[in-house]
Amino acid sequence: MINSLEDRAQCEISLTVNGERKTVLAFPLERLLDVLRRQLRLTGTKEGCGEGECGSCSVLMDGTLVNSCLVPILQAEGASIVTIEGLAAGKRLHILQEAFLECGGAQCGICTPGMILAAVHLLSKKSEAALEQIQDGLSGNLCRCTGYVQIFEAVAKAACGTTTSSS
Amino acid sequence: MTIDPMNDHRIVGTAVPRKEGREKVTGKATYVDDMLLPGMLYGATVRSQIPRGRIRRITFDPGIAWNEFVIVSAEDIPGKNCIALIGDDQPCLASAVVNHPEEPVLLLAHPDRYALRKAVDAVLIEYDSLPAVLTIEESERCSEIIWGGDNTFKTYRIEKGDVDGAWAKADYIVEGEYSTGAQEQLYIENNGMIAAFDAQRGITVWGSLQCPYYVHKALMTLCNLPAEKVRVVQMETGGAFGGKEDYPSMIAGHAALLAIKSGRPVKIVYDRAEDMAATTKRHPSRTRHRTAVSKDGKILGGEIEFTIDGGAYATLSSVVLSRGAIHAGGPYYWPNVRIVAKAVATNVPPHGAFRGFGAPQSLFAMERHMDRIAHVVGLSPIGIRRRNFLKPGETTTTEQTVREPIDLGKLLDRAISLSEYHSKRERFSSENQIGTTRKGMGMAAFLHGAGFTGSGERYLSSVVGVEGCADGSVRVLVSSTEFGQGTKTVLSQIAAETLGLRYEDVTLAQPDTTQVPNSGPTVASRTVMVVGKLVESAARGIRQTLTLSGSLGDSYSADEFRAACRSHVAAHGPLRSWAQYEPPPDIFWDDQTYRGEAYAAYSWAVYIAEVAVDLTTYGVSVRDFVALQEVGRVLHPVLAIGQIAGGVAQGIGFALFERVVWQKGRMLNSQMTNYIMPTSSDLPPIRVFFEELGNVHGAFGAKGIGELPMDGPAPAILNAVEDALGVPFDSIPLLPEDIFDAITARALQNESDIVSGVR
Repeated sequence: MINSLEDRAQCEISLTVNGERKTVLAFPLERLLDVLRRQLRLTGTKEGCGEGECGSCSVLMDGTLVNSCLVPILQAEGASIVTIEGLAAGKRLHILQEAFLECGGAQCGICTPGMILAAVHLLSKKSEAALEQIQDGLSGNLCRCTGYVQIFEAVAKAACGTTTSSS
Repeated sequence: MTIDPMNDHRIVGTAVPRKEGREKVTGKATYVDDMLLPGMLYGATVRSQIPRGRIRRITFDPGIAWNEFVIVSAEDIPGKNCIALIGDDQPCLASAVVNHPEEPVLLLAHPDRYALRKAVDAVLIEYDSLPAVLTIEESERCSEIIWGGDNTFKTYRIEKGDVDGAWAKADYIVEGEYSTGAQEQLYIENNGMIAAFDAQRGITVWGSLQCPYYVHKALMTLCNLPAEKVRVVQMETGGAFGGKEDYPSMIAGHAALLAIKSGRPVKIVYDRAEDMAATTKRHPSRTRHRTAVSKDGKILGGEIEFTIDGGAYATLSSVVLSRGAIHAGGPYYWPNVRIVAKAVATNVPPHGAFRGFGAPQSLFAMERHMDRIAHVVGLSPIGIRRRNFLKPGETTTTEQTVREPIDLGKLLDRAISLSEYHSKRERFSSENQIGTTRKGMGMAAFLHGAGFTGSGERYLSSVVGVEGCADGSVRVLVSSTEFGQGTKTVLSQIAAETLGLRYEDVTLAQPDTTQVPNSGPTVASRTVMVVGKLVESAARGIRQTLTLSGSLGDSYSADEFRAACRSHVAAHGPLRSWAQYEPPPDIFWDDQTYRGEAYAAYSWAVYIAEVAVDLTTYGVSVRDFVALQEVGRVLHPVLAIGQIAGGVAQGIGFALFERVVWQKGRMLNSQMTNYIMPTSSDLPPIRVFFEELGNVHGAFGAKGIGELPMDGPAPAILNAVEDALGVPFDSIPLLPEDIFDAITARALQNESDIVSGVR
């Protein structure tokens, strides 16, 4: 697939990223991940495996959690994308970012942006999440550092709105 | 406020926010692949496809515009063609022969990374194949000699008491053979490096790495440059677990060679498949136990033969072997023991460091063997351990006297109670009679030595600096790296505590060999205990300077300290204090006989696993996991729990999930889709508990913590599987197909026994 990437001409793609309208020139099969990282320099979205297994490149696309390594940019035409850079409001962190900080949900940090977006997506569907739902909701995002325990704690804490900053 | 760091802890022991946490949760933390330099090229590696052979010819497919590429071969190396580490047998680029699949042969660079991929595939290497050695057993047979005179990188022999005299006194002699497979570290950030060269300043590399000064040494040798013309900078590093201890020197070397030849910065970032197939993994191992036991379950003596597969080059195998050998006897008293350890060569990519560093392998064997002894003697797993636990005043296998006031029996009691071991086993004995699930409980007791082995810390002679800055804040200068485990946070806590400052008043300098001294590699569970102690002592030096110069009284506030520091720097220039490791006076170690104080301190643990085996799928799930340990003083409760839970998860992967599939020395399943690590749905609640006895050698009483949790899960889980099924398994990873095979074989055996009985 990569080899055939440049077989077609580049095209103009318009999309909204973190609330801003963007127009990029890209090969139709270029990965959303690469457009975000290389063209838009939003490097908070990470590549872990390049095949949709690890979830490090997770972003929200029209409210749905996607692996941006599996999304050809053509498919993102007109879409609204939220990356980790779009979560905090200025200096004020999103409640999940606060919770990850407080509970030790981030160790090496490489899975963290994707993991937080997966958690945002999970809590956008269910504001109260039991442990099994959290485990299930995050099972597409691999973390090698934490054993997930403190990530679950962070999500549970954010779900009931009890981080220090928000209480 | 009066500062008495030993009694008045304001910061140590509390859950201060992770230093770089905000950058990590906002996506602003900069990893090597996030970095761009003007005019940068991308680099790629052409690798061998076969395990062993002579390179006959290399041809370049004429369909590629090769003039656009920078091409580097072994001939372009300005210095010595090796990755200097302990030895120098591993080439940076193979020239005449290849000794393992995925061995680097050529390097390519190009401005377009897509073009690069096609080009790598368009290089054809032809070989005259040589017979390959692919397993420990093949290596031992020596029908092909692939390394040195006998395919052996290193042997150790630990001998205590009179083993040969023990057999005669034994009521039982219990034998067992245990094996563990290769395991991929699987940090989520793949390896990567950027190199830039100019004739004046020399070579600079930025990368994902654990040990800046390892890379520094390797580049000096490879590029034939003096120390001051090699600069190594660690970027934010997305997990390492030992996997970024030695191989980053290889990648840095490759990027450097391409940068030197092209005159442009070069970035090499591996994709997952390349990272998994080409870089190091945990050493596969085989351990044989033969143990003399009395009828009441006392170990009288034994022989332990511990062998690891080092792969094609020596790299770190001798050190992994050493740690594995020293831990092979577990936390037990052996009046007589002989441990024979050997690292052998095979034609597979060199195996390397992975959390635990040999100890998870030999302790897996020890703890499975304890359950085997218990069965033979007719004791419970608890009884056999309790009878043989090391006690203060007794000696380890290397004849180190246990001076720590550890009470392993008490630790075991607490773990039993926390896990509800007895009531659960009772419940399972009736539940297991019906249905298709079989449940069981299993335990492992173990220890892990902190810091470098034996004389290692003395040779390292680490140096740490603490700097009072112009704004009055304090900066810790160490080459110790952060890769998730919390180095920055804990070393800042230690400095702040020592100086009576706020946590926010202290930062860590970015590890950069032009800015920080060599505080040793970030490995061996040594950062908090050994480097932390040096930070404490260097910080004291700063306070002393300010006190002696009269700008600071005996009692001061953080703001007063900052003011004193500011005016001192303004008046006298940089305020720096250094501390260098000095071995404790009571440490004795003999490298020749492998006797003495192997480690300044040990951490101790008892882990208990509850498993359920599904008889329909043969899948094992871990239902509950209690991890109880004594790690000295816990300096940061949240980070400490994170270390243990994360290590246990990797241990569960080691035991039940992660199998490297080999074909002719190559990893076939080099993808996350077919090399399976535990997801959030696969893990039990991991319940973490601490005992805190303190430790005189570590900063504020801390001992090592990072590697310990890797040692216990696998044997605890396999002991639990045997408890559930009544079938012993002695090899990991243990996958459903292995259980299916064993149970089916057993059923067939029973059937044929019945049939032959009838006849």
